[in-house]
Amino acid sequence: MAYSEKVIEHYENSRNVGTLDKEDPNVGTGLVGAPACGDLMRLQLKISDDGIVQDAKFKTYGCGSAIASSSLVSEWVKGKSVDEAQTITNKEIARELSLPPVKIHCSVLAEDAIKAAIKDFQEKRAKRQAQAVVAPKAETPAQP
Amino acid sequence: MKLPIFMDYHSTTPMDPRVLEAMKPYFVEEFGNAASRNHKFGWTAEAAVEKARKQLAALIGASEKEIVFTSGATESNNLAIKGVVEFYKDKGDHIITMTTEHKAVLDTCKRLERQRLDRIDELKLQRLMELTGRDVTPDELATLEIKHGLENDALLKRWIDKVRVGARVTYLSPKKDGLIDLDALRAAITDKTVLVSVMLANNEIGVVQPVAEIGAICREKGVLFHTDAVQGVGKIPFDVETAKADLVSITAHKMYGPKGVGALYVRRKPRVRIAALIDGGGHERGMRSGTLNVAGIVGFGAAAEIARAELGAEGQRISGLRDRLWAGLSKNLDLLTVNGSLEHRLPGNLNVSFAYVEGEAVMMAIKDVAVSSGSACTSASLEPSYVLRALGVDEDMAHSSIRFGLGRFSTAEEVDFVIDLVTRAVKKLRDMSPLYEMAKEGIDLKSIAWTAH
Repeated sequence: MAYSEKVIEHYENSRNVGTLDKEDPNVGTGLVGAPACGDLMRLQLKISDDGIVQDAKFKTYGCGSAIASSSLVSEWVKGKSVDEAQTITNKEIARELSLPPVKIHCSVLAEDAIKAAIKDFQEKRAKRQAQAVVAPKAETPAQP
Repeated sequence: MKLPIFMDYHSTTPMDPRVLEAMKPYFVEEFGNAASRNHKFGWTAEAAVEKARKQLAALIGASEKEIVFTSGATESNNLAIKGVVEFYKDKGDHIITMTTEHKAVLDTCKRLERQRLDRIDELKLQRLMELTGRDVTPDELATLEIKHGLENDALLKRWIDKVRVGARVTYLSPKKDGLIDLDALRAAITDKTVLVSVMLANNEIGVVQPVAEIGAICREKGVLFHTDAVQGVGKIPFDVETAKADLVSITAHKMYGPKGVGALYVRRKPRVRIAALIDGGGHERGMRSGTLNVAGIVGFGAAAEIARAELGAEGQRISGLRDRLWAGLSKNLDLLTVNGSLEHRLPGNLNVSFAYVEGEAVMMAIKDVAVSSGSACTSASLEPSYVLRALGVDEDMAHSSIRFGLGRFSTAEEVDFVIDLVTRAVKKLRDMSPLYEMAKEGIDLKSIAWTAH
């Protein structure tokens, strides 16, 4: 099976490969897929307090199309608001990279990775706000 | 050095130029039909075929009368298995094979199993018609079968005992190194077993089975032994007497001959009989009708003669290259696993899992080198290699596997180039692999509940 030029380009010159500090309260981490299925994608987004994606980094275990899909979305989400980033669909990814039907799941994974990263960020923020309310009261009790 | 480099010698081999030279006269000048008994064109063709038959027989220690030419090893495997099952149907209906066999063997066995089950379903329907006194459709079978207690129906049992269509099949799992468990084989043989089919060498992992031991067990138990020897013949010493093999499948294109021609060795002493799959003019002593592919057969014979003369030295040279490849890769990269026994292995085979990177991605990175992968992404089924899974290799490691196949025209220069290219590709892919990062941080990857999709 031949790869499209865009897949090859993103595979050979992948953008935004790397790791962000997952303890950073402004970083959301999405880890989707499974090694047994042959692909695992980790997308990390650094989101400002006003909800803009400032930075994106990914690491992907998978075939060339999975790597290209990750690279592409890491570029697309940067500068977008969280709401805008959520609207990116696998169809747009698949169309942009001209993925054949057997590789559509790579684009689905990339869409899922964005959603998972944003969800992680939002959960972290909710937790932080909850803690901010409770925190002054008492020290954290020791784990039983 | 010429690019791209071919390192996929298990899929096929380039034809040896000497083979092509031998074939050339048999297209335009000597075009006769080997079955034409009454003129010179036919005689010339027949003589060429008989010479090739002798050349091939000599390679495997057989008599030329035991060689049946076919269209290739898929046909040979079909002919051996279906031919034995049909011919010996009054003796028994049980076959033993392995889960790591080639699809040409496995799918043939599956069809025979299905044919038998279909016949049994027909008998069940007939029995249910008797019991209900009305017509019964196949859709009703499942419910009525339980309602009328067919499981314990004595008459149906007697009918099923008389079924002579298809076969029952036992699929033996290999040991972790890919080798057959001889005790398990011995235990699986019953008085209804007619055939054991175990390959000489595996096409993915190159593991060479102890065919002499398997043959001895079969001979002792009075069961026929078929071996799909496609990957081994011409590469490693193989002799039908040592192996005590009754049926042997071979193909020309895996040993530097042309595609589209194969052979089945059928033992004469003690005599092995098979029913033909293809009926017609009674060619090949009635076992395989159809005009012989004279030029292809001539090429097959020439390839066999070259292999017989050069196999020893060539095997040493190629296993040297394979060891060089493995030494280079394992020096440059950590976390590599060789799949299958390194000791009992074809000289030209190296099947490696590169942990934490995916096979197709590696292939894409080394696109100047033709190799093969057990990754699902390279198959239509989206399942990783069933051979590696049968060995107990984890799915992620199966996805990470690359099969390197070296052969007659491989060079040390090519091997060194591939070592360098693969090293760089795997390092780059590991740098972008979340699994590699997590493993390096000491996270137990098996403890994570992945969101499989």
